[in-house]
Amino acid sequence: MVQIRRLQEEGADIIAIIGEIDASSSIELDLTIAKSVGEGFHKILVDCTALEYISSAGLGVFMSYIEEFKDKHIHMVLFGLKEKVANTFSILGLADLLHIRSTKPEAKQLLNELSV
Amino acid sequence: MSYQFSIGCSLSNLKGIREFVRTSLRAHHVPEVEMSAVVLALDEMCSNLMIHAHHCNPDHQLGLRIDVPAENTLIFEIIDEGSQFDINAFATPELGNLIHEKRKGGLGIRLVKAIMDNVEYLQRDGKNVCRLTKTIHAS
Repeated sequence: MVQIRRLQEEGADIIAIIGEIDASSSIELDLTIAKSVGEGFHKILVDCTALEYISSAGLGVFMSYIEEFKDKHIHMVLFGLKEKVANTFSILGLADLLHIRSTKPEAKQLLNELSV
Repeated sequence: MSYQFSIGCSLSNLKGIREFVRTSLRAHHVPEVEMSAVVLALDEMCSNLMIHAHHCNPDHQLGLRIDVPAENTLIFEIIDEGSQFDINAFATPELGNLIHEKRKGGLGIRLVKAIMDNVEYLQRDGKNVCRLTKTIHAS
């Protein structure tokens, strides 16, 4: 139902979510982010270009890391959200709490600015 | 027009619920953004019921019914025999509190209340019925 791939570019960990994240699959997103943090990455990009659906279980995973990331000076930027997915973030007001950009270059630029 | 569906309380069945809602509403010209929103609200309500009222027991059944009494009115009913899980009894959690407590839950209630126009609970034939109503505004 969901595939999550990781690759590293210029010191950033890129997490690509392919498919749908709901209450049955959100654990995979959680484990992937935890692994990235555990490996010591301070720059995380989340590629949402192939994310077709996200429910509150997946949004809750992103939210649950907000404080930990602040404490550990880890920065995460999401990019490539489809309109229907972006709408879910907007309904909850999460678009203001998370860093979200349209394209990968914009996301990388913000990540570099945040990491200075 | 009325559509019905029945499914076991396993979280792996949420995808089937989303497909049932999409397929049922396809003929009713629901705009894509509102379609995605009601699919999401049904997923949230069913996953809450599966987890909190049925402890994800796949032998327990949830019934779904969709009525479209007029082209701009959608009525969804979730029917079960578990202990009632009434989202109206829960205060909508503040986002700030959820972040501070690092809670992964609680967002679904915010979503359902934001998306649906009305959420009510009733009893019918000895079963719990959660009825969600949504008015579709012309795009």
